[in-house]
Amino acid sequence: MVTLKELRQDELFLPGNASCPGCMLSLAIRMALKVLGPNTVMTVPACCSAVIQGYYPRSSSAVPTLNTAFAAAAATASGMSAALELSGRGETSVVAWAGDGGTADIGIQGLSGAAERGENFIYVCYDNEAYMNTGTQSSSATPAGAATTTAIRGKAEPKKDVPAIMAAHGVPYVATACAAFPLDLADKIKKAMSIRGLKYIHILTPCPPGWRYPTERGVDVGRMAVMTGSWILYEWQGGRYTLTGPSRGLLDRSRRRPLADYLRMQGRFGQLGDAEVARLQDELDARWAGMARRLEGGAGRGEAGPGE
Amino acid sequence: MIATGNHAVAYGVRSARAEVVAAYPITPQTQIVEKLSEFMASGEMRGRYIRVESEHSALSACYGAAACGARAFTATSSQGLLYMNEMVFWTGLGRIPMVMAVVNRTLAPPWSIWNEHTDQLAQRDAGWISMICESVQEAYDTSIMAFRVAEDAEVMQPVMFGLDAFSLSHTAERLDLMPQEDADAFLPRLDPSMLPVLMDTRSPATYGNLTGPDAMMEVRSAIRDALERSKRVIEEAAGAFGRASGRRQAGLVEDYRCGDAEVVIVVAGASSGDAKDAADALRDQGTRAGVLRMKAVRPFPSEAIVRAVGGAKAVAVVDRDYSFGMGGILATEAASVVGGRAARYVAGLGGRDIRPEDFMGMAADALRAAESGDPAQGHEVWWGLRRSPSAPGGQGGA
Ligand SMILES: Cc1ncc(C[n+]2csc(CCOP(=O)(O)OP(=O)(O)O)c2C)c(N)n1
Ligand code: SF4
Ligand SMILES: [Mg+2]
Repeated sequence: MVTLKELRQDELFLPGNASCPGCMLSLAIRMALKVLGPNTVMTVPACCSAVIQGYYPRSSSAVPTLNTAFAAAAATASGMSAALELSGRGETSVVAWAGDGGTADIGIQGLSGAAERGENFIYVCYDNEAYMNTGTQSSSATPAGAATTTAIRGKAEPKKDVPAIMAAHGVPYVATACAAFPLDLADKIKKAMSIRGLKYIHILTPCPPGWRYPTERGVDVGRMAVMTGSWILYEWQGGRYTLTGPSRGLLDRSRRRPLADYLRMQGRFGQLGDAEVARLQDELDARWAGMARRLEGGAGRGEAGPGE
Repeated sequence: MIATGNHAVAYGVRSARAEVVAAYPITPQTQIVEKLSEFMASGEMRGRYIRVESEHSALSACYGAAACGARAFTATSSQGLLYMNEMVFWTGLGRIPMVMAVVNRTLAPPWSIWNEHTDQLAQRDAGWISMICESVQEAYDTSIMAFRVAEDAEVMQPVMFGLDAFSLSHTAERLDLMPQEDADAFLPRLDPSMLPVLMDTRSPATYGNLTGPDAMMEVRSAIRDALERSKRVIEEAAGAFGRASGRRQAGLVEDYRCGDAEVVIVVAGASSGDAKDAADALRDQGTRAGVLRMKAVRPFPSEAIVRAVGGAKAVAVVDRDYSFGMGGILATEAASVVGGRAARYVAGLGGRDIRPEDFMGMAADALRAAESGDPAQGHEVWWGLRRSPSAPGGQGGA
């Protein structure tokens, strides 16, 4: 377990960056880089993370950072990792840092290719559950019920389960995390650094303007996502699922907060009536039942993840 | 040895000691990547062949590899080149000194696998140096020279070079390989500290982040200057390679009997040999003809063209490409430097043969137009176009 005391004091994602106030992505990248350290190179496709670096000739990233095309994060990282290894710098961590759109949608082909080839880098999908950079349009990672500018009554389809898709590729490590649980995130980054191959970490990062909650409530929203079970913290390794952090205690439905507590904190779910909230609660409970089966069966490669 | 154009490229890339090759198969380029993956697997080349799932990823992987200091190469053709279009600009505008071979093939629809140059010419505004080869030997030689030009401190831009589908990619000709010591002397190891983009953990920097109107003109003008300087670097590299190999090299252009010519045929690619035969035949008949083969299309060899066409009465530009709504691409660009003397011929689209007699006919037609005072500009002929209406839009025929 990484402890607070162990975390480096200096910042590798600098304060004063160009994120919106209360941006949880900014917190996630800051924490991740504290664990990754300066021997890291990063590639970032089009997304909020490209913008929050700020304006050339300045940058808020203190590790070498290569911006790339929207679909290109995994392939760019493949090339970076190949070149570093060839020149004897295989110890440097290569990180692709992409949004949910750049991962679940336009970038999934390149990511799948890199996973199948067994490339050696850490792929982080930070998930604010929409195309935030372009103003909150739906992505395939937008959850059912969330309103976006392209689904004003709420998206009908459920969220695409990318971590399960990555597990189905048989990569050596898949984990989910949430920016509101930074030490759990730190553990997972640290573990990923010690494993060879493509490590996939999917971080839920609440976004005040996109999810429509007050800027100071990002940590509360992230915590509630986990405490209601809406977002499950787990690791998948060697064909086995393991719950982590507070999610460990939530298999028992009675320990989970009602989903409404999470939904009602956010404007994007404001249009949902009680019946729709109840339906989403049923879907969530079914997802947990699936998770329970997976935990027992040690569901491996090729089986659907907790999303069913 | 005897080798195809495709294998010549693979041998050239091996001689150049490329370290990262990321590529995706497409007819008629496949032999290049098959051979390179074989070289990497057998240890004849030291490096990594990245078996990407698409051309977009091929060029993205080269982008990442080159940004980490590796000598990177890819090869593609037609649809594959279009599929990587976004990354062509990322690498060109991003100042990534890598090399790409393009087997010039017709774009669909309708499906066609034969030669045309539109695929490569459609990428001409991306900041890449862009060349088209004439022979198997030149494809090999250019594979090595391209890296030297790309990595020259005065340039630091990517280089693509074309070879005509089948008539060059699959045609076997005599090929002389350069001894490895000579290749190494001509093309020293890449010094990463010279790279404009380098992921260096000792000196961290961010590349490609948001750039405002206050800085963009300057960012772009650095690329303009690099391409301008590349004209001299390309000539120097051709001279040095010529001395090292004993084989004369075209730099930006090849001037074939243009000195006293009254009519100059401007052409690019493998059919240039037939154009030269046509010039010889015309001279036998008393018409002083010459050929200006454009090896470089970017940087556009304006000065070399002006010099070569000198006092010629007529210039016949033969395009195996087309920009709809405007005209042949080379003719349009040549007209920007030789003005009204450029008569435009569109020929050989979709791989149709252009025979020496065709070149003779086009040269004679250009001369006639110039002598009759016909304003040659706007004089565009689709040479050999059959008037019989075949399947409209090519539907059903493919
Ligand atoms: C090829 C391409 N298509 C579209 C865009 C426009 N675009 C830039 S960022 C973005 C959304 C990114 O969404 P996501 O990956 O979820 O990251 P976020 O902005 O939410 O952090 C879009 C659509 C682009 N830059 N490139
Ligand atoms: S839109 Fe959301 S994710 Fe993007 S910078 Fe603002 S708060 Fe962060
Ligand atoms: Mg997003």
